[in-house]
Amino acid sequence: MAVITYRDALNMALREEMHRDDRVFLMGEEVAVYQGAYKVSKGLLQEFGEMRVVDTPITELGFAGVGVGAAMTGLRPIIEFMTWNFALLAIDQVVNAAAKMLYMSGGQFPMPIVFRGPNGAALQLGAQHSQAWESWLAHIPGLKVVAPATPYDAKGLLKAAIRDDNPVCFLEGEMLYNTKGEVPDTDYIIPLGKAEVKREGEHVTLVAHGKMVLVALQAAEQMAKDGIACEVVDLRTIRPMDVDTIVQSVKKTNRCVVVEEGWEVCGVGAQVVDYVQRHCFDFLDAPVLRVHQADAPMPYTKSLEKAAKPDLPKTIVAIRQVLYLD
Amino acid sequence: MEEGRLVKWVKNVGDVVKTGDTIGEVETDKAIMELVARGDGVLRAHLVPEGTTSPVGAIIGVIAAADEDISALTASAGPADAAPAEAAPTAVEAVPANSAPASEPPASEPSAAAATSTTPHDAGSVRSSPLARRLAAERGVNLSTVHGSGPGGRVIRRDIEASAASETPATAPATSATVSATVSASVSAAAPATTSTKSAPSVVPTAMQIEGEYQDIVLTQMRKTIARRLGESIGPIPTFYLTSEIDMTQVGTLRTQMAATGDQFKVSVNDIIIKAVAIGLTRHPEVNAHWLGDSIRYFRAAHVGMAVATDDGLIVPVIRDAQSKGLGDIGREAKDLAKRARERKLAPAEFSGGTFSVSNLGMFGIDQFTAIINPPEAAILAVGATDTKPVWDGTSFVPRQRMRVTLSCDHRIIDGAVGARFLQTLRQLLEAPLMMLY
Repeated sequence: MAVITYRDALNMALREEMHRDDRVFLMGEEVAVYQGAYKVSKGLLQEFGEMRVVDTPITELGFAGVGVGAAMTGLRPIIEFMTWNFALLAIDQVVNAAAKMLYMSGGQFPMPIVFRGPNGAALQLGAQHSQAWESWLAHIPGLKVVAPATPYDAKGLLKAAIRDDNPVCFLEGEMLYNTKGEVPDTDYIIPLGKAEVKREGEHVTLVAHGKMVLVALQAAEQMAKDGIACEVVDLRTIRPMDVDTIVQSVKKTNRCVVVEEGWEVCGVGAQVVDYVQRHCFDFLDAPVLRVHQADAPMPYTKSLEKAAKPDLPKTIVAIRQVLYLD
Repeated sequence: MEEGRLVKWVKNVGDVVKTGDTIGEVETDKAIMELVARGDGVLRAHLVPEGTTSPVGAIIGVIAAADEDISALTASAGPADAAPAEAAPTAVEAVPANSAPASEPPASEPSAAAATSTTPHDAGSVRSSPLARRLAAERGVNLSTVHGSGPGGRVIRRDIEASAASETPATAPATSATVSATVSASVSAAAPATTSTKSAPSVVPTAMQIEGEYQDIVLTQMRKTIARRLGESIGPIPTFYLTSEIDMTQVGTLRTQMAATGDQFKVSVNDIIIKAVAIGLTRHPEVNAHWLGDSIRYFRAAHVGMAVATDDGLIVPVIRDAQSKGLGDIGREAKDLAKRARERKLAPAEFSGGTFSVSNLGMFGIDQFTAIINPPEAAILAVGATDTKPVWDGTSFVPRQRMRVTLSCDHRIIDGAVGARFLQTLRQLLEAPLMMLY
């Protein structure tokens, strides 16, 4: 099986789905001639032509709206935001149009649209270009929110998102694009709404998504040296969240740490904690702890950014705390 | 044993104590033991009031130099670590006598734990994780008696597991050497010290006076233990029962003959039964055994337990090596053990380690009954009353002394034929007691 980058896995998914269904098209800034701001759409213009791979002006609200209209009238658009931070300018189309169209039209207007792009922090992108958007989006009924952590998941989930008839917000990551993993070149789908236990363990459950899955796996590897077996649950889909997998895991381990990119207040982790306390109350030996970004806009200074981000040492501290090890 | 109750403080706060002094009385599963000082100094603190039940290993008092700072041990909040240095105060712990079975449990750490807030909590104010609460409820552990090692004294899962792990089966199949090696010095010194200045309360059975419609009496440690242990017997043990009617006429003749040689040579029917049982067990070691779960332990010697009824309940002191003791020794020992059993003054070594038990309700006019096996033993013999009955001797009915015994057998260890053969031997020995000499 080939080992390819997350970026190439997404490229593969786009290519396969555009072949499979000629109503699927890609639209966004620099997706065509430039081959993609992050090269995710490399080679697609050459293969499918300018009616299927469409460059846009710098007008997120505009081209998101065009996508919504296209979806309402029978096409299956994939709208790329150069980063999800810029989607803030299109949020009305995402939340008020795309999310609510099927409902408000009484089922008359379909909305098989995918909004995708890198999400969260990278390195020194600054406060306005480092925000994690999953909790804003996951709040909205009518949207599906997906965050793959590995190349394998990226391809399977993007294909599933494109085939899903609902509006799907697909959250990638600049720092994930270069990560590598095994990806089959077959036509496979990972169902939306299903989490995956990336590593089994019996002492503590770590719940994470996106980049933080890699941090959680590192934490598990480190704790294993002390004989602590961490179970890592990769949410994969934020909305709808796979509560059963989380609950089953915490019932087994009796303790839980959530690792997430976003800020504390009303973050995705807060929702995970709610599910856990509600469904695993009699199984908890310790409060559920969260590891998240410091409550401040992301600093630009390298050292401050490092201090603000959730990372391996902070995760280890939380794990040790729920195990009453210190 | 998981918990003990401090019955009373004998030394007061401020009293000077020396190693070996009795400083209090603790009620264990079966008896009231003396709590003995294991260091010299001043009894600086009673950390629990009289009547409190504490888990094994909980710190219940402090002996220290008069001016020593003991605030770390008396602080009731937070897990302050009382890592004892050489000059550190001696924490008085509620240590049970038979504190460990032959294999030492790993959960002896709780005894080195920090000062526990042993002031009694009501259930509402005990801090505990939901999991700990559920486990405590499932295992019947009283949460307020468990030391919490979590932040703020929170009781967490490992605390519940530790309190369960320190449990000891009341009849640990330990040799006397193992038991005395693990018995803490304070308590082993207490056993002979029962002959100290304290006089035993006289125990006179009286009819219970019920006031009102009904009267609830909280279970004593002894009742709890009897209930728990025998509940563990009749449920899981596949038991069958063998009854045999034994002709006791010759035993009666033997007793008369022995008494005729002098008053000091009087023996009871019970003594003879115990001796016959012991000899039978050495001839049938398949019945002289313990169920160990994944193996059966067969014993060479017969350590026969005899059930004694006390005011508070049943206790089974053991006559060790009964097969090699004369009737006189058996008789004296049986009498002494029974007396001290009723006074709740038996040392744990004296009511554990039995390989077989005998229960006799003949004196109450019970013709026959089935006794419950004392786990992990293989069997128990229930002895009924001896009565004059007509017996066919081939030509006519003659009056004979007849006694019915019922052997309850654990079918995991003993099959029907095995048990029957043992009873056959027993009957032969009792019907012709001279054969005990063979």
